[in-house]
Amino acid sequence: MTKTDLTRRRVLKSGAVAGAGLALPTMFTSGAYAFTNEPMGGTVTLGFNVPQSGPYADEGADELRAYQLAVEHLNGEGDGGMLNTFSSKALEGNGILGKKVDYVTGDTQTKSDAARASAKSMIEKDGAVMITGGSSSGVAVAVQGLCQEAGVIFMAGLTHSNDTTGKDKKANGFRHFFNAYMSGAALAPVLAARYGTDRKAYHLTADYTWGWTQEESIAAATEALGWQTVNKVRTPLGAGDFSSYITPVLQTDADVLILNHYGGDMVNSLTNAVQFGLRDKMVNGKQFEIVVPLFSRLMARGAGENIKGILGSTNWHWSLTDEGSQAFVKSFGTKYGFPPSQAAHTCYVQTLLYADAVARAGSFNPCAVVEALEGYEFDGLGNGPTLYRAEDHQCFKDVLVVRGKENPTSEFDLLEVVEITPAAQVTYAPDHPMFAGGALGECNAG
Amino acid sequence: MKKNILGLNPKDTKFLLIVVFLTLFTPILLQPFAAGSELAQFNGGYPDLMQKIAIFGIFAVGFNILFGLTGYLSFGHAAFLGIGSYAAVWMFKLLTMNVIPGILLAMVVSGLFAAAIGYVSLRRSGIYFSILTLAFAQMCYKMAYSVLTPLTNGETGLQLTLNDPRILDGAQQGSSLPVTNIFGLAMNSSYKVEALGRVFTFNVGFYFCAVIAILAFYVAIRLFRSPFGMMLRAVKSNQQRMTYTGLDPKPYTLAAFVISGMYAGLAGGLLAAMDPLAGADRMLWTASGEVVIMTILGGAGTLMGPVLGAGVIKYLENIFSKINEGVLHDWFSFLPDGVEDVVIWVFARFTGEGWHLTLGVTFMLVVTFLPGGLIEGLKRLASRIRNGSQKRDKYDDPDPEHRPDPGKRVAGE
Amino acid sequence: METILLQLLNGLDKGSAYALIALGLTLIFGTLGVVNFAHGALFMIGAFCAVTLSRLLNLSFETVDPTRTDFLGNPLKVKTPYVEAWFGPDFGHALIDWSVPLAILFSIPIMIAVGFIMERGLIKHFYKRPHADQILVTFGLAIVLQEVIKYVYGANPISTPAPDAFKGSFDFGALLGFDPNLIIYPYWRLIYFGFAAVVIGAVFSFLQFTTFGMVVRAGMADRETVGLLGINIDRRFTLMFGLAAAVAGMAGVMYAPILSPNYHMGMDFLVLSFVVVVVGGMGSLPGAVAAGFLLGILESFASMNWIKDIIPGIDQIIIYVVAIVILLTRPRGLMGRKGVMEE
Repeated sequence: MTKTDLTRRRVLKSGAVAGAGLALPTMFTSGAYAFTNEPMGGTVTLGFNVPQSGPYADEGADELRAYQLAVEHLNGEGDGGMLNTFSSKALEGNGILGKKVDYVTGDTQTKSDAARASAKSMIEKDGAVMITGGSSSGVAVAVQGLCQEAGVIFMAGLTHSNDTTGKDKKANGFRHFFNAYMSGAALAPVLAARYGTDRKAYHLTADYTWGWTQEESIAAATEALGWQTVNKVRTPLGAGDFSSYITPVLQTDADVLILNHYGGDMVNSLTNAVQFGLRDKMVNGKQFEIVVPLFSRLMARGAGENIKGILGSTNWHWSLTDEGSQAFVKSFGTKYGFPPSQAAHTCYVQTLLYADAVARAGSFNPCAVVEALEGYEFDGLGNGPTLYRAEDHQCFKDVLVVRGKENPTSEFDLLEVVEITPAAQVTYAPDHPMFAGGALGECNAG
Repeated sequence: MKKNILGLNPKDTKFLLIVVFLTLFTPILLQPFAAGSELAQFNGGYPDLMQKIAIFGIFAVGFNILFGLTGYLSFGHAAFLGIGSYAAVWMFKLLTMNVIPGILLAMVVSGLFAAAIGYVSLRRSGIYFSILTLAFAQMCYKMAYSVLTPLTNGETGLQLTLNDPRILDGAQQGSSLPVTNIFGLAMNSSYKVEALGRVFTFNVGFYFCAVIAILAFYVAIRLFRSPFGMMLRAVKSNQQRMTYTGLDPKPYTLAAFVISGMYAGLAGGLLAAMDPLAGADRMLWTASGEVVIMTILGGAGTLMGPVLGAGVIKYLENIFSKINEGVLHDWFSFLPDGVEDVVIWVFARFTGEGWHLTLGVTFMLVVTFLPGGLIEGLKRLASRIRNGSQKRDKYDDPDPEHRPDPGKRVAGE
Repeated sequence: METILLQLLNGLDKGSAYALIALGLTLIFGTLGVVNFAHGALFMIGAFCAVTLSRLLNLSFETVDPTRTDFLGNPLKVKTPYVEAWFGPDFGHALIDWSVPLAILFSIPIMIAVGFIMERGLIKHFYKRPHADQILVTFGLAIVLQEVIKYVYGANPISTPAPDAFKGSFDFGALLGFDPNLIIYPYWRLIYFGFAAVVIGAVFSFLQFTTFGMVVRAGMADRETVGLLGINIDRRFTLMFGLAAAVAGMAGVMYAPILSPNYHMGMDFLVLSFVVVVVGGMGSLPGAVAAGFLLGILESFASMNWIKDIIPGIDQIIIYVVAIVILLTRPRGLMGRKGVMEE
């Protein structure tokens, strides 16, 4: 810093000038780098930021397993997994652009603050050139914003809120996971086909942003097919006992209960609803039904028997028979002894997609990576032909409608795929009102 | 006692100078291991962690003004931290990215909240006071997470957007978000110096926090030594006796509550200034608990203790949580295979996903063996080194005479 | 009317959980004067006693079924629990089915032992220390216990169903003369309520009608004097700690079918139980129980839709609002004694 004689007047003046949009120093002013954390040596560092404590710790652990597997495959160890089925052949199993892939891990604690602190330390201390992971939308949006400012790429993990690629979308952020709108669009026709179009739905919704977008999406999709929405009730996050929200359902003429809950809330609300005999009820001459729009196999275990026969949607399931899924399940299962979760799948795929984009672009520069990923079409990663849309950095691919399995053969065999909804049916316009209000901005290379 | 221009006695001046030295050289002191070495994992000299330590140091020092002096244990101080953050981010959104107005507003708003909550809560004492503050803070948290989302952006946290007005900054230029700055100097700009095989990062934001932390610390020293501080100690030792002498303790405790609330607001504002995102999680009861724990861990009632406690907890959280099995594998690869697996298994329980365990064990060990907190440990260490019976600074004693008498607790009427 | 009755039932049910946890906590906190942040962890350990017993009963040997395959295409290993092999499939299945009620018996000795060890090994040394130190040490202990459970059982909730016999619902309305199927309530929740009533009654009569209880009550009121009378009050306090742990543990076991246990459920209940105890008034057992039911019922009423329409989000904060109102109108909570934890 230069020594200048700063008078009060001059400080105020310079402040006003700077405030008016002076070119500000960027996060890292060390001149040697062309962009943030440009990998200089023989290795490149990726940051895996997953929940290791708190309610989603198991999901985080599964994500981490997938990342380690992906790193092995990228570095040419193991059986190569989905690298063999991936439509792009830019990756050669010698790391990324010949640099060995190294990684650091951190704990998001499923809190925006902790997640950003952890991501920051990866960027500032460990020189990570890409951050990925997470198991909730709040964290995804928060970390995505940070990566945009810091000039690194963010490859979202499990995040289902419309906002991640809607009003909070960022040029440096990419989401492979599906979203609430897609859940609604995929689920509604199946619901209409099985339960009829003359249904009255009662919504219980976790009272935070993800819950709201989920509720909005599924309500719009079902109403379009003739369903009525009787009531939408917000429940506190982590309510524990949902009895006082479920008994009012009994008093209405609703014949479907939609639980816009995830994780522990989903387990508890579903368990409570079944306890109160909702599934044995007949209303308006129809069997009462429960729907869980977003299913997670890991969490579903907590609900035990109660999920049998319940419809929901999921991003991916290990029982898929396509070549890519099979290859992934095989290498994951061989290494860890159990099948991967949808969170593990999306994280594995995101890592591969990032590496591939770097390889195709020939550079780690975030702007080059963004360019390589935008509008990129690929196949062989488990969900059929997929498009990374340029307008909002959301993947468009088939969505699975699943149902709790009646006769599971093992503790992992909880869901069965009812229908694979084609990508075209869940595609929406980039300016769809549920996604309005944000802008990608420009890619930031630091 | 002779006092210098700062209004401090020589001992305190020396103390303050040590603090200034430690703070300003943090980027060097926290980077003791050469880059690339196995132990580089333990380096904490990167901007985010240093900022967090300074900020939570301020938070804990402020909390200690209330708890350490008056003995009133607030379990809702994180609410003021959160409110401060929201206020600051709103200022960045509406007025200017210059951090000064944001931080000032943060202090004012949280001061107002503290006055209101303090006025009500201080009508009760002891555990009843603690639960009242806890209830207020939990209400703030729950509302911020759900109903007040238009104001707080709920789960995601309040953040900057491209189309915020920012009246003073003029029209938005380009399509990337502006950064927080102080009169044009960006908070996130850093100057990196490579020397002695280490990379030292001198970050504007950290030095900004550091200067404010030193100021906050200085104010705290003055407060501890002032007649007002004396009054607060009187509140702690015996309120009844104080009332008999014709003094009303209420205004003093309320003032202490508001001051410490403003410290929390300042910390919240700084958090937002370093990283313009304010999440509701900052107000959760565990966050309130964290500052209580920081203060006790370091040494309640001492000046330096809370800062030390804040540093230790933030360091553990950020450094230990990142040591995964891969890192452990690198460290212990020299061991024979069987032994290595066992050693890694043991260490893995305390690092990475097990970092909470380290935290819990640290709490238990410190409180069991160092009743006065970490500062007590340092003192014992120092006196052992000097090998003499050093006279203690009476103000830095955890003052045993003022601790609740165990007999009183169980006594009924 | 039905709505109100149903919410009242919900409230009683929630209230009995709150009351049970608060009862244990107030034995330790309101009377021994120890701020026990590990109490939630005791509740959690109780719930995991149920999980553990069900895991033990489900210990299985594997047989290979060559006709079916697992997810990797290898022959499927079919698991058969040992108990089914030893006692025959019917009785063995029944044992597994009844694991939660059985866990009550299993949990009592374990919880008493946990309470004993905690008190003798740790808390004992902190009776004379400031509350702040007690908070720190018990919070540390809670984290350690939680991490151990997380390591063994993972972080996800674990399904712990009630026995099949109690799965259905009971037509409570018909009993009171309402139309059938108007007020139906799950059996298990009614059992939980009854169970809480029995435990609370038992603890009260134990303290009220036994010599031991009398001495303990005297010790709470004035520990030193009782000590001077030559009574070993410390030993009795240790027993009280064990009792408190057992009450918390049983509350946890019975709650497992309602709330699938996870490792951080203790922390979730911790704040709430402190609020309940303090609203009830320090040092008062009836106060804690009354506050538990009061807050449970009010929380249920606050989640009724028309109330939420008037005041959005009231169900989220009702407990805290009530706590503030009560503490401001009644300086020592509902039934608190003067001088306990007021400094």
